[in-house]
Amino acid sequence: MSDLMKVSSNPHIRSKVTTKSIMLAVVVALLPAAGFGIYNFGLDALILILVTIATTVLTEYLYEKAMHKPVTIGDFSAVVTGLLLALNLPSTAPWWIAVIGGVFAILVVKMLFGGLGQNFMNPALGARCFLLISYTSIMCNFQTDTYTGATPLAALKAGEDVNILDMVIGRTAGTIGETSMIAIVIGACFLLLLGVIDLRIPGTYLVSFIIFLILFGGHGVDPAFISAHLAGGGLMLGAFFMATDYVTRPITKKGQYLYGIFLGVLTGIFRIFGPSAEGVSYAIIIGNLIVPLIEKVTLPKAFGKGGERS
Amino acid sequence: MKENSALERLKNGIITENPTFVLTLGMCPTLAVTTSAINGLGMGLTTMAVLALSNMFISMLRKVIPDKVRIPAFIVIIASFVTVVELLLKAFIPSLYDALGLYIPLIVVNCIILGRAEAYASKNKVIPSLFDGIGMGLGFTLALTIIGAVRELIGAGQLFNIQVMPDSYVPCSIFVLAPGAFFVLAALTAIQNKIRINGEKKGRDMSKIQSGCGGDCMNCNKEEAEHGNC
Repeated sequence: MSDLMKVSSNPHIRSKVTTKSIMLAVVVALLPAAGFGIYNFGLDALILILVTIATTVLTEYLYEKAMHKPVTIGDFSAVVTGLLLALNLPSTAPWWIAVIGGVFAILVVKMLFGGLGQNFMNPALGARCFLLISYTSIMCNFQTDTYTGATPLAALKAGEDVNILDMVIGRTAGTIGETSMIAIVIGACFLLLLGVIDLRIPGTYLVSFIIFLILFGGHGVDPAFISAHLAGGGLMLGAFFMATDYVTRPITKKGQYLYGIFLGVLTGIFRIFGPSAEGVSYAIIIGNLIVPLIEKVTLPKAFGKGGERS
Repeated sequence: MKENSALERLKNGIITENPTFVLTLGMCPTLAVTTSAINGLGMGLTTMAVLALSNMFISMLRKVIPDKVRIPAFIVIIASFVTVVELLLKAFIPSLYDALGLYIPLIVVNCIILGRAEAYASKNKVIPSLFDGIGMGLGFTLALTIIGAVRELIGAGQLFNIQVMPDSYVPCSIFVLAPGAFFVLAALTAIQNKIRINGEKKGRDMSKIQSGCGGDCMNCNKEEAEHGNC
């Protein structure tokens, strides 16, 4: 019997896109950044990435087993969380930092709030901020055999000159996955072409950040200064891979524009006026927290409601 | 155990209606001063002293205080005892006084104290009220000390200012900062609930909460909400 004759209840047309396929696409898109991190920082980076992913997946599995819930590690969301978290660690971090971060990301930020789709905050970023506050000296130790200087953003903040070409390629100190702007943009283009993410949030985020820099950065329209800020730190990784997280971004289109602007302004405030050089992670988790408010004010009118009565 | 006996009141305060883990009252000092076990213990004992004395006095005066102005009257009694305790601490234990700081005068508006005055002391005899205050105070002290100990252990590797963790342990300093208080309180409350629910399954009724305001500050009696700041 052909499919046309089948009697079934709706929905009749099903999309082939599943949580698993989206998560796999994100993993693939992160591979260039991860690969460059391993090339740049050596075996340490590879071990950290593997340990973090193993921890997040195992934590999710054990929690669901212990709570007698269906095991959802097959949807790869824990792998994405682990990979993103690892890309946010410095390559010098000891293995137990990765384990603590992975357990915190999955157990506290994700599973205790109900698992995938229920978490109010991006698990990888929540864990990164947890580690950053708890183990500041370890999380800010970017001194490797290859790189001994400050991170480009810290140098920029101190008023020193930075090599923008190195920053774009990624030959600088930093966390494993944030240094190479090119690798991240390649991954982001892959996601954009697949339609997994769109430019609404990253676009408004970056544009509002640039406008903030021009207005308050103290350098006016200085292409070198602006491109250094764009290529440095976790801005690209955050804008394309974390701010666009399906669970913690606003659903409405108008809300996504607002969210992007909010993130851009916050990042600008933290980078220009804050005591530390970087502020992307804090900007995004604070953004995550106001998402419910954004959604409330941008709730679209239901069909037939509102408007002029004719 | 006889109702309103001294022993029953003590057990009620420490276990059945533990002000922190069961009633979730007095969250402000619970979260703010428990950065170490010794601070938690100090805050708990200070509160216990005020609680026991104010409960006793309010119970003594319960027939004299007109119903309409009972809250201001309670506050005056409580505030007097807080001032006494504050001056005593300042004179004899200045280190604890410095550590607790602003939170000593804030005992005046601690939900537990006003809650017990309103829910128990103003309706019961002097001796049970005194023991109710001591029991609640002990329960509060126990909870604060445990929270403080866990936070100090994880966040600084110490217990009562003595190094207990090996030198290789790197302290997770978020636990002595504000977020750590929420993590530890939530985890301990969850463990406590788990034990209670398991106890109920075995047929022991451990959830008997009849007196007290039930800890529902959101739907609290309006007058109380205006004066008692949780």
